Amino acid sequence: MADISTHEKPAEAAGTTLLSVRDLGKTYGAGPGEVEAIRSISFDVRAGELVCVVGPSGCGKTTLLKCLSGLLHPTSGSVALAGQAVVAPPKKMAVVFQEYGRSLYPWLSVRDNVGLPLKARRLPRGERDDAVRAALEEVGLGHALSTYPWQLSGGMQQRVAIARAIAYQPEVLVMDEPFAAVDAQTRADLEDLVRRVWQDLGVTVIFVTHDIDESVYLGERVLVLSSSPTVVQEDLAVDLPSERDQISTRALPRFTELRTHVHEQIQRAKRGDRTALPAT
Amino acid sequence: MTARVLGLLGILGFLVTWEVAALSGAVSRTYLPTASTTLLRLGRELTTPDFWVTLGDTVITWSAGLGIAVVAAIALGTVVGLVPFLQKATHSSVEFLRPIPSVAIIPLAVLVAGLSREAALMVVVYAPFWQVFVQVLHGVADVDPVAQDTARSYGLGRLDRLRHLVLPTALPYVITGFRLAASVALVLTITAELVIGNPGLGRQIELYRSAPDAPGLYALVLVTGGLGIVVNLATRMVERRLLRWHPSVRREEAL
Amino acid sequence: MRRIRLRPVLGALRTLGYAAGLPALALLAWALATDRSASLYFPPPATIADAFVETWFGPAFTEDVLPSLGRFAAGVLLSMVIGIVAGTAIGTTRWLRDLLEPMLEFFRAVPPVVLVPVLMLMLGVGDTMRIAVIVSGCVWPVLLNTVEGVRGVDTVLTETSRSYRVRGGLSLRYVVLPAASPQIMAGIRLCLSIGLILMVISEMFASSSGLGYRIVYFQRSFMIAQMWSGIVLLGLVGVAVAGLYGIAERRVLHWYHGMREVARG
Repeated sequence: MADISTHEKPAEAAGTTLLSVRDLGKTYGAGPGEVEAIRSISFDVRAGELVCVVGPSGCGKTTLLKCLSGLLHPTSGSVALAGQAVVAPPKKMAVVFQEYGRSLYPWLSVRDNVGLPLKARRLPRGERDDAVRAALEEVGLGHALSTYPWQLSGGMQQRVAIARAIAYQPEVLVMDEPFAAVDAQTRADLEDLVRRVWQDLGVTVIFVTHDIDESVYLGERVLVLSSSPTVVQEDLAVDLPSERDQISTRALPRFTELRTHVHEQIQRAKRGDRTALPAT
Repeated sequence: MTARVLGLLGILGFLVTWEVAALSGAVSRTYLPTASTTLLRLGRELTTPDFWVTLGDTVITWSAGLGIAVVAAIALGTVVGLVPFLQKATHSSVEFLRPIPSVAIIPLAVLVAGLSREAALMVVVYAPFWQVFVQVLHGVADVDPVAQDTARSYGLGRLDRLRHLVLPTALPYVITGFRLAASVALVLTITAELVIGNPGLGRQIELYRSAPDAPGLYALVLVTGGLGIVVNLATRMVERRLLRWHPSVRREEAL
Repeated sequence: MRRIRLRPVLGALRTLGYAAGLPALALLAWALATDRSASLYFPPPATIADAFVETWFGPAFTEDVLPSLGRFAAGVLLSMVIGIVAGTAIGTTRWLRDLLEPMLEFFRAVPPVVLVPVLMLMLGVGDTMRIAVIVSGCVWPVLLNTVEGVRGVDTVLTETSRSYRVRGGLSLRYVVLPAASPQIMAGIRLCLSIGLILMVISEMFASSSGLGYRIVYFQRSFMIAQMWSGIVLLGLVGVAVAGLYGIAERRVLHWYHGMREVARG
């Protein structure tokens, strides 16, 4: 189990189920042309957890995420956040999309990009400015308030998107392959940023990725999805130390074991083998 | 499927609204005939040889004007586009001449050529010419310098480079310019007929107005709309056919 | 030191030469060609310049030019408001779009000038009719471009707005309209050039004042130099309108141009 002593939340809150997914299924279209993207997915996420969702490409990760965040209505089953059914984008959830270039508003400055959701929440101007500034400083972009997103590099744009999510002060932060389009060095920096934000703010994080190493390095827990139509192939606890480091953590024998395990699971998923491997 | 049904409903709704508005007498029937009267009149017009002669006049003026504009613009545009000196020297003049509304030269055209098709052509050629000319300049400027150097290093002559390099690069721009120019030329053709009075749909519309023969007037307005749609569809088809591969076809601005 | 300072001066001179050279040559050629022949239809530039000052720097400015420009401005502004409001409504409402699209395609295809006789019949001759003529022709490019622009907003952007609960007026003001603004501006550009044409035509047809009326009047009275001065004035108005549009566009779309420049590297 992860060391959660650094969280600001009280211990009992950290243990309760925050997000609950039950028999979630999604089929696109109807009749002969229908495509079953997700067959049946069930899992729970406790408050304060950092869960990585990993699976072979085309396994419906994005569909799952859109159902979680209330952007898409599932065909069957349900999603509940803090006991309330999710039928529209919930107030307590923020989403960071993969396509940072398309999810930031190019006509707004960095400040206004981060501030717009707060404006929608009718936060007074002064509080809004403070929250925006704090969030941008958290991601190391305190100096970039009045630049435009397209003037920044890809990695910095994704930082802005993360700042926007932080400023929104969500209880759940959902990230959809957020680093798929940035270079390796930037990616490592951003991974550490996510770990830090998670520890600093005590927020619950659901991180979707297709990168096995990333899922093991980041997560306290990894959900391995099968190929489409999707089910949960395995729910794996990551028992690595909570202080992680790009070089030493990745060099641990345990890291390699977990990585290999997830890798084999995904290979099996691709072959359509739905039975779980014995735990390592 | 439902979109098509809704679209038909929209057209039907428009006709019914028109009919009711005309019957209600809010506007005198002499000035606003009912939709049914207009459509019947349109049907009758379509069977008269006079109508087809008038339509033919318009089409001839339009195609002649468009043809002159396009040929002149491609020739001049290529020369100016290929010679940096000319491009720099003409830039300010082009920027000045282009936005001049083409109807401004109507009085001059009438003065020089009388109330004739030639006068109309002066007006019809002006705006489409600039439309295509500017597109040709963009197109020629778009030629990849690396490809240009490569061609030169392989000893391709001026003419060969023009044929194999400049022309294919500029083609999409020229076609787009042509499509825009075609509808602008149609608008100007009918404008010229209306104002100058050379034979064609525009003049017939003006005659029906002064008669006054409202059903005839409205019927011909419908015809001009139909003609506009035919020109749009035809030029867009040409564009799709020739430029299936080009990104500008995939995402175009509505005009 | 001196040489370094000379360079920008030379550069500026060269730019000026390129910008003014051809127009100056053309004027000179015109002056030479018209000097001896004394052609009736092509007066020398000096005569046109004289006529320009005499004709337009007097009561004609307030009686003809200003009313024309006023009607133009009123018609164009009205078209932009109607076009953007209706276009946004149609673009964001699926069934409305399906219902109206064929009709809109037709109205767009009707050459705007043929509505001059129609509106003359329906509204009589007057300022209302002239402004209505401008609106009836100018509203379509704005409206249709707004529909296209609003409909084409990137799905990732709309999903981002939805997930952050940016809705209603806020989403319209900060997301939908800015996203559609490049296309809306393209529509406005067309709206302006069509508006100028319709301003002139509506006055040529049925009016006793206005720029269009004046020019036709000069032509019919064989006041050739005055007619030319009118054409020059219309040209200047066209250039001024295009210039104003350019300034507005750079303001509104500065982010768009910046983004494209970055994309081009």
